[in-house]
Parts: sequence; structure tokens; C-alpha cells
Amino acid sequence: MSANQEMAAKYKNSFLKEVEDQVEMGEWVKMCMQCGVCSGSCPTNFHPGWEHPPQEIFMMIRAGKREEVLTSPSMWMCTSCYNCIVRCPRKLPITHIMHGLANYAHRLGVAPKNQPTRAFSTLFWSNAIATGRVNELKLSMGLYFKDAEGKINIGEGIKKGLAMKDVALGLLKARRLNPFEIFGGHKCKDQKGIAAMLKKARELEDKRKALPQSGASR
Amino acid sequence: MTDVVATNETILVVGGGISGMTAALEAAETGKQVVLLEKNPALGGRTSQLYRYFPKMCHPTCGLEINLRRLKANPRVRVLTQAEVTGITGSAGDYTATVKLAPRYVNENCTACGACADAVKTEVDNPFNYNLGKMKAAYIPSAMAYPQRYVLHPSIIGTADAEAAKAACKYGAIDLDQKEETIEIKAGAVVWATGWQPYDAAKIQPYGYGRYKNVITSVEFERLADPHGPTGGRILRPSDGKEAKNIAFIQCAGSRDENHLRHCSRICCMASLKQTHYVREQHPEDGKSTIYYIDIRAIDRFEDFYQKVQADPSVTFVKSKVARISEDENGNPVCWGVNTEGYKRYSNPHDLVVLAVGMEPSVKGVAIPANVVFDSSGFIEADPANGGVFGAGCASNALDVNRAVQSATAAALRAIQVVNKVARAEV
Repeated sequence: MSANQEMAAKYKNSFLKEVEDQVEMGEWVKMCMQCGVCSGSCPTNFHPGWEHPPQEIFMMIRAGKREEVLTSPSMWMCTSCYNCIVRCPRKLPITHIMHGLANYAHRLGVAPKNQPTRAFSTLFWSNAIATGRVNELKLSMGLYFKDAEGKINIGEGIKKGLAMKDVALGLLKARRLNPFEIFGGHKCKDQKGIAAMLKKARELEDKRKALPQSGASR
Repeated sequence: MTDVVATNETILVVGGGISGMTAALEAAETGKQVVLLEKNPALGGRTSQLYRYFPKMCHPTCGLEINLRRLKANPRVRVLTQAEVTGITGSAGDYTATVKLAPRYVNENCTACGACADAVKTEVDNPFNYNLGKMKAAYIPSAMAYPQRYVLHPSIIGTADAEAAKAACKYGAIDLDQKEETIEIKAGAVVWATGWQPYDAAKIQPYGYGRYKNVITSVEFERLADPHGPTGGRILRPSDGKEAKNIAFIQCAGSRDENHLRHCSRICCMASLKQTHYVREQHPEDGKSTIYYIDIRAIDRFEDFYQKVQADPSVTFVKSKVARISEDENGNPVCWGVNTEGYKRYSNPHDLVVLAVGMEPSVKGVAIPANVVFDSSGFIEADPANGGVFGAGCASNALDVNRAVQSATAAALRAIQVVNKVARAEV
């Protein structure tokens, strides 16, 4: 049974309860009064970006549209500008809920595969935890040599690299780009410590999420 | 002016709007002595600034007229205008209030002929019209002002204008030597009926009130529709004086919002529904009203009023709280948002946007000179700890005129019980 099937079975008919228990700040979803100020205040919303604005996502959660919500690209469009949080008449932490939903969908493995934000976040995270420091050269190379479908594409990488050649040379001159970073790169001193810290953080999070959150007074 | 006879069997009513007048009259008509204080030069409060009441669409001149007649007929109510309470000491059955009386510079001889206003040149903002227009610095506060007497604006005292007003008065009514006075009034019980104020719309930053001329508040809209108002009753938009025919009403402008007023102001939905009548009345052919709302709260028996407006083809309802207002090149305000019914984005231009602003209690953040308990919105709670001080009308909750009158009658009854105990008429 996949993680996704497991959770779907556990919460059967109550996707709202699942969100309250499993999603960061999910317990706030029930507070939404559907006024629409978040959606109207969203800077990306008036460009053809969001399939479902936040207010609609909240209503879909309450309506139990589990599949549609978790596979939606909408919450991945959030730019973390915090306009919605500032203006929400009920003080819902909307930005955090969007991130929480995106993260939850990612962990269950049902988030849209080639969503650029998701692809970049995954790349950035594995890059950062490998040595405890972000290797910028590897990070940008990782982005360059991929096509729109997320597959490795050498031709595409060379094309992008040539287009950015002047910027790269400038960075080299200013000593902001070190080509030798490709061989491992600089690391933080206590790599084992970082790994242990991340492991512990995950443990604490899992423990917290195992406890029922819904119904908790706020 | 200072010959106020008051004892600890007197009921002191603070605020001379519809609630204060009602409380004072109800108590006086049972035989109690009452002192009624009003901060402004005339009674009537915000009710007198309305064009019409809902749901019957009658004019406030009617409801207030009845109360003024009762007042004139009742020798037990002493009315003091331009009076502010600065302190209250004592406890239930034995209060002493310190009251500051501002000078009117016009005495009882005034016949309201208006010769002083003709003589004076200085113009000042007209607060009765929410500063939408100017008035002469010698003025009568409104057409139905009580007392029906002129007032000199303090800014002209000591200038040639004041002397001109004095010279123009045939009745010797202008007294430039009047000074501010402070008096003490004894009272057994106090009814606090200082009402409400419109929430400061400029604080709702995305709506651009104050930046865009054609974004106004619902109370200002009342003045535009009133024949006694700054436009003679024509709904003209402030930017260019053009007739506004396509008007947007935005509900919950400040209310039901943790960033502004956390309570539902209760009257705004009905006020906007009422105001759509003004639009249709002026432009039966091509008037258009659009109400943007979260949910319409036509409280209690007003549901049928709502249904009638719903059936009106000139009125459109959009279930959405407008997120932001911008201005296009023609000076038209544009409402931006997402419609909850279908989640469609919209950006609709209008001639004029009316913000249905919330009711902020006038007592919020103001140190009432007495120990009084407030609720989380700043309204006066009915709490035994208040002793003989009772909140009435919009000082105690967000209420329409009808409910404010009920609340004032209840407060009068509580005050009567306190002074009855003092008089040993009740145990």
C-alpha cells in the first residue's frame, strides 16, 4: 500500500480531518468564510496561473475533493508574498497552508510531477542536505540540463549555458563562481551533525502528525 | 445656563441622539427628573443625518419630530447642548458628574432668522454633511435642529466676522463674551448613550478611500441623496460632479474583519439595500446598483425587504468581498476580486463606489470617566460591575434605529430602578 492509499484509507470520508491532522496549519481551513479577499489579493491570480484560488481550495477540502486538491498545481504557484495573510479578515495563515498542502501532496507522491516549483524545491533540498551547504554550480547545472518534461537533455543545457555565458564570465571575474565546485565543493564541518539534526526534526514532525489535531481548540 | 437642579434622584443621560432622547423621555414620562447632555449644538445625532430609514423608507424628520415634541412638552427634561462629561465620581445612587459646557455665543433671544449667517464671510467644514461641503461660520446645525438656534464657530471669535454677526442681529442674541464653563451635576444613575462613529475607511488601505475621490462611505452617500445635503439631493460623484448611475456597494468595509472591527455591524447590509432604492429613484431607466457581499444579513423581519431588492432588475448581487479598488483613466473606480459563485475573476468599473462602513463604538479607546466593562469590540457590556451606569443604543452594541430605541428604553428602566431605591420607593 502506498503512503497515499494508506492515508486515504485512514481518513476515509473526511478529507478535512486528514488536512487538519496531516497538513501544516491545516486546522485553520475550517475558519474560512469564503469572502474571497485572499484570491483577489493574490498577485499571481489575475494572470492565468491558479487553477483553483485559495478560497476554492479550502472549499474543495471541505467538500472532500481529495484527489483534485492533492494533484492540483495551484498551491505550487504561491510566491510567498503574504498578501493573503495580511488581508484575511479571519487571520488564516493562508501562505503556510498552501505550503503545507504542497508539502503533503509531495510526500504522498501525488503532486504534479513536472511542476517547476516542485522540481526546483526537490533539487535545492537534496543539494543542500548533501554537504550542509548549497552548491550553486551543481544547482544551476541541474536546472540547465533538464527539459520541460524534467528529463536530462544535454543539447538544452549547452544552449542555456551559452545564452548565460556573459553572466557566468562576470561571476567568475568577481570570484562569485568557482568552477572547481563541480568536484564535491565546499562542505560544512559537521556533516554527520546536520544529518542527525534533520533526522530528529523529521521524527518530531512525524510524532506530532500522529497525534490528532482536529478539534483542538485555537 | 448653569441653573441645573439635580439631585441623587436625577437620571443623567449622556448623548442626545435617538437613544439618549428616548432614554431621557421614557424616564421623564414616568415622573423622573432627567438631565440630557449633548456634545454637539443640536440633538438628533447620526439619525438626523440619514436621508431615509429602512424598512419603511420614511424620513428621519418624522421619527425625530415625535421625540422633539415629547421633549418640548416635558418639563422634567433639562437639555444641555455643547456639553461634555469630563469626570464621574461616586457610586450607584450617588454620582457627581463634571460637565464642560462650550460657548455657543448665541443666547435664547435667537429667532433663527439667519441674518448673522448672511453677515459672516468665513466658511468652515460642515460636519453635518461629513465635511462634503462648506457652511458659514454662523450656522444652524441642520434644518431640524433642536434647539432651533444659531451657533458661532469658535474660529471666528475675536475677528471682524464675529463683530459683523453681532451687528447684524436685530434681537441682541449674539453674546461674544460667553466663556467655557464647568459645572457639576448630581445623579443617581447614568445612561451612557454616546452612539457610534463610522469606521475610518482610510484604514482599509486596498480600497483607496482618501486616494480615490469616487470611493465614498455609506454615511456620505446618505448626505448626497438628501435634499438638504451638499448636492441638493442629486447623487453626483465627487471627482467631476457627474451623475453617478452605476454604483457599487461594498459590504463589510471594516466589519467582520480581525484587522479592523471584529464584530458584524448589523446595519450595513440593510443600509446598502436601502440605498439601492435611492439609485433607482433618481434613475429609473438606467440606474444600476451592484452589491458585493460575503453574505447578506438582513436581520430579523427584514428578509422580505431583501427579497424585494433581489427581485429588482437594476440591482446585481456579487458574492465576493472586493479585494482591491483601482482607478482607470476616466477616474472610474474599478473593483477587483474573485466571485465565490464559480470562482471567476472580475474587474468591474463603476461610476462610484460606496463602502458600507462598519459601526465603531464611540466609547472605544475613550476613557469613559466611570468604571465600565467593555466587550472585545469596545461596546459597553451590561455588567453588574458598572453599578448605576448603563449603556444604551450604539454605545452598547451595533444597532439600527429600531433596536437602539429598544435598548434605550431598557436602559431607562434600569436607571429608574436605581433612583427608585434612592427615593426608597423600591427595595
